Amino acid sequence: MTALADTAPGETRARPSFYFRYMVEPYLYLSPAIILIALVMMVPLVIGISYAFQSVNLLRPFQTGWVGFENFQSLWSDRKFWLALTNTFWWTLGSITLQFFLGLGLALLLNTQFHGKRLVQALVFLPWAVPTFLSALTWAWLFNPTIGPLPHWLAALGILSEPFNILGDPDLAMWGPITANVWFGIPFFAITLLAALQSIPGELYEAAEIDGATTWQCFTKITLPFLAPMIAITVMLRTIWIANFADLIFVMTGGGPANSTQILSTYIFTTAFRKLDFGYASAIAVALLGLLLLYAAVLLMLRRKMVKI
Amino acid sequence: MRAYRSSSSVVVAGKYIALGFYVAFALFPLYWLLKIAVTPDKLIFTDGTSLVPSGFTFENFSTVLVQTDFLAYFRNSLVVSLGTAAITTCIAAAAGYAFSRFDFRGKRLVIAVMLITQMFPLLMIIAPIYKIVAYVGLLNSLTSLIIVYTAFNIPFATFLMQSFFDGIPKDLEEAGMIDGCTRFTALRKIILPLTLPGLAATLGFIFTAAWSELLFALMLINSNDTMTFPVGLLTFVSKFSVDWGQMMAAGVLALVPSCLFFIFIQRYLVQGLTSGAVKG
Repeated sequence: MTALADTAPGETRARPSFYFRYMVEPYLYLSPAIILIALVMMVPLVIGISYAFQSVNLLRPFQTGWVGFENFQSLWSDRKFWLALTNTFWWTLGSITLQFFLGLGLALLLNTQFHGKRLVQALVFLPWAVPTFLSALTWAWLFNPTIGPLPHWLAALGILSEPFNILGDPDLAMWGPITANVWFGIPFFAITLLAALQSIPGELYEAAEIDGATTWQCFTKITLPFLAPMIAITVMLRTIWIANFADLIFVMTGGGPANSTQILSTYIFTTAFRKLDFGYASAIAVALLGLLLLYAAVLLMLRRKMVKI
Repeated sequence: MRAYRSSSSVVVAGKYIALGFYVAFALFPLYWLLKIAVTPDKLIFTDGTSLVPSGFTFENFSTVLVQTDFLAYFRNSLVVSLGTAAITTCIAAAAGYAFSRFDFRGKRLVIAVMLITQMFPLLMIIAPIYKIVAYVGLLNSLTSLIIVYTAFNIPFATFLMQSFFDGIPKDLEEAGMIDGCTRFTALRKIILPLTLPGLAATLGFIFTAAWSELLFALMLINSNDTMTFPVGLLTFVSKFSVDWGQMMAAGVLALVPSCLFFIFIQRYLVQGLTSGAVKG
């Protein structure tokens, strides 16, 4: 802000010209933001895409250069890539479904009257404020049979045959990060849906009540249609966000055991961070970006069709 | 929703049970973290799954604070998060003001670019950023983290600030401008004082985001002197994975600033997350 003070718009002229107001002045306020975003995000994005077509490996500094589609060819025949793609699908689907339904339930509950509402609201939103790495560690510890209660409880309930660490079992390991993600993500859905619920006019419910509608009818005929636009946009954005979300899995399992929890974003990170193979990591990233764009395009197309009907 | 008919006692009981489930699910992991942190080392294994520790000690906390580098990590994280929050809030306030008050050529394009930055996989730019930061010689420096985090958080913070400015009537600064002060003076003297709660909320959101960031910090920092808290804790965990009490004590310490900020920004949660529903 102090930087702006020197060039403060309109300092010398009392009545700014039309040109100044519409072309120059807004950009004086915007320029720091634009410059930073361009330098730190857009330029690296372009470089990152170009890396996908190069050989950039810090461990082999002398074999750099353009390689065309070579990275993508190895990607096509990389079994780990296809496994990570499948895992990304299940990770995203499992997380978003549970987050959404539990979040909707919480929003509906918080939209009613009860004692101690402010306190309850603060407490249930708390997981959202917990740093991600800490949620991941905490849940990894809860699943650890030496220190955490979960394996023992699951065994007592008969879900597990004996108290072992599900994070070490390739068939079950994905449930660990999904649980942590649901815990961490419920508040987000609850908050957004609660805001949408509060914007529904109360008269609608009063009118429905006079007409003798049941609670269930109120929910399906009034609440859901009103929430639908918010649900659509939140679920779409959240899906993309979760598909990109690597922290939880990286901390909890590191993609293991036997790559059973490796999703595309953790695969990108481990390839860049551990193998220092920036070219290959960027190729995976470009593939992920392409898939997400495809997903968004399909959703938007569906929406257009639905609106027509 | 208040209009849902007055319900029977069974429904009311069900509601309280459901709320109880949500509260328990939200708090249990944090409670367990705290429980292990205050359990004396020799009791950890005999206590097993009992919910209340049979002994109580602050030893783990004092060990973590005195014998390990966590205090330094804590300081580094504080520098990075406060720096990021302060710079981002200033830049985003200016940008959000422009979005809120001006109609200008290229506005839609700028907004579109800002939205795109929230959608593409951030990990995509981790390799280029590493190379650029290495090239300018800022590896292992907190400055690089502050710059990178600031850029990452500007779009979200801008939309958030815009929503706060939108809530302040335009007439206020127009009245000031008619009375002869420039737009910038009007902004500083009239509008900024009114957005103080908004600025505070933005500060809180960005602080929390910067405090939790792990992957870029892991990539850009590998010297012990400049490690942030997440990186330090993760290194500690992979090195001494048996000191359960100490690890969890460190975890509890990492939780403190976030919780403080959370209590502080809790009021703005609904407004904040819906206006910038892009990010968690």
